[in-house]
Amino acid sequence: MKLSGSTRSAAVSEGRFARACLLALGLAFLALFLLLPLAAVFAEALSKGLAVYAAAVAEPDAVAAIRLTLLVTAIAVACNLVFGLAASWSVAKFSFPGKSLLVTLIDLPFSVSPVISGLIYVLLFGAHGVFGPWLRAHGVEVIFAVPGIVLATVFVTLPFVARELIPLMEAQGRGDEEVARTLGASGWQIFFRVTLPNVKWGLLYGVLLCNARAMGEFGAVSVVSGHIRGLTNTMPLHVEILYNEYNFAAAFAVASLLALLALLTLALKTVLEARGAGPAGGPGH
Amino acid sequence: MCVLVRTGRRLFSIVALAAGLAVGAAPAFAEATLLNVSYDPTREFYKAFNAAFAAHWKAETGETAHVNMSHGGSGKQARAVIDGQDADVVTLALAYDIDAIADKTGFVAKGWQARLPHDSAPYTSTIVFLVRKGNPKGIRDWGDLAKPGVQVITPNPKTSGGARWNVLAAWAWAEDAFSGDEAKARGYLRAVFRNVPVLDTGARGSTTTFVKRGIGDVLLSWENEAFLAIRELGPQAFEIVVPSVSILAQPTVALVDANAARHGSRKLAEAYLAYLYSPEGQRLAARHYYRPVSPQYADPADMARFPQVKLVTVGERFGGWRAAQQRFFADGGVFDQIYPMR
Repeated sequence: MKLSGSTRSAAVSEGRFARACLLALGLAFLALFLLLPLAAVFAEALSKGLAVYAAAVAEPDAVAAIRLTLLVTAIAVACNLVFGLAASWSVAKFSFPGKSLLVTLIDLPFSVSPVISGLIYVLLFGAHGVFGPWLRAHGVEVIFAVPGIVLATVFVTLPFVARELIPLMEAQGRGDEEVARTLGASGWQIFFRVTLPNVKWGLLYGVLLCNARAMGEFGAVSVVSGHIRGLTNTMPLHVEILYNEYNFAAAFAVASLLALLALLTLALKTVLEARGAGPAGGPGH
Repeated sequence: MCVLVRTGRRLFSIVALAAGLAVGAAPAFAEATLLNVSYDPTREFYKAFNAAFAAHWKAETGETAHVNMSHGGSGKQARAVIDGQDADVVTLALAYDIDAIADKTGFVAKGWQARLPHDSAPYTSTIVFLVRKGNPKGIRDWGDLAKPGVQVITPNPKTSGGARWNVLAAWAWAEDAFSGDEAKARGYLRAVFRNVPVLDTGARGSTTTFVKRGIGDVLLSWENEAFLAIRELGPQAFEIVVPSVSILAQPTVALVDANAARHGSRKLAEAYLAYLYSPEGQRLAARHYYRPVSPQYADPADMARFPQVKLVTVGERFGGWRAAQQRFFADGGVFDQIYPMR
């Protein structure tokens, strides 16, 4: 009895010790691989003072890059929101031939290197690509212009929303929808009042991931951008240019802005979650 | 649920607002614009030159001209123009890259190189060595690059113009040193590339590898790039070594006829290229460490910075760029033969 008691207390203290170790390890890992680089970015960005930082961020080419990044991200997120909802809805709630093929295809952008993602658009829309000559003859610019950047970004961020929603919708099954149907709800009613509320957190998470990747994408966008200053440079490309021009403080200033946007995204997610979980609005009630 | 719908609407309106801002605030280009697709180390020069040209064009015609720039490895940039990048003018590292555009697409008219003076090269440069202060590895000439334990930094000749000049300069030295024995020259080049730890795609990438990341003992560099690196990153850290022989590097410029015709920008583009040969263009070239073809227009103090080097030319030594490209850098050429055997 006594023996077993002491064993138990040893086990508990051992557990506590192990937990502390794990916690320390986790925090050290986070500090080393997340916080330190982040702090380094901000330290380097501010190394020449606030005035240099402000000038770097307010410089016309930087402003153009920020604007382009926001535009491309807004379009990519909107496209993938619609596509992700439609694809996951059809995959999770219905069975049809070619379903597993669709699921596999949704994952394709994850498995393909971003450089290839860019090159396929060069092959399609380049001057000697499949559609290139026709587009050129009609004065439509796709590649080395904003539409190409949007296409490449949509491609690389395509799986985020769908990947987040498919397992969620599959787990929820179609019970709620069937009940709504028997109560006389129309298709849109079911979607907006039953399906969407059920998946809103997953959807939000998918959108945020999609957003973060769209803002930060480098490889695919680099291939199709053409790197024209003030016109087709997104923020990550602008950072590279500044770095290559020995303009290190400015490069890190724009990089820190990119990091800030990412942090803002996370903050937004936390706020929305907190609100949703608050007393006023439990999900779906 | 109501909360969700409201949140959803609010989210949507935020997104719409962001998109609207981004589109609505895009600058309206009432002015005449040009796109100059250039290679890596010309950034600082064209920044200054474009401002000077805009002022000149304004004075001449009353029109506001704005020149957009794109920079990257010369071969990569040529590839982009071939794939449809809308350049009105190209200002690349060597004639062959413009030949490639002319051959593959016809966007640049055949015979482009005869349209402007000096083989369409308004400024020249050469290849020198950038070493760490005090030259700790004692690198004096091309032969030292092949020694074991010397790390050599150069970009990839497949994508970079500067790297191709590097290879040809090294070859010119080796041909003389081994009195024309090609097998020995190949062995030498193989030994040099065995000492190369990383091939960046462009000259600027290699410079940052060498100066910022601190990799390597010697950087094979455009003369202008070497001067610039020293100016930007401190004379206390690096010095230039001038080899016994180097190559006359002629970065060439051309109008991209097809694109200029589509944009209606031919007159502006031609004036832009002609201005490179003007006294002001030549002065700015020398200021940014390019050797001007008309040195009389340059500031003598700028000219005094250029060391005396014995220079060979691609024309007399290699029979022109087409022949050199074919022999050294085409698939299966000398570079492919020596590079994989590390």
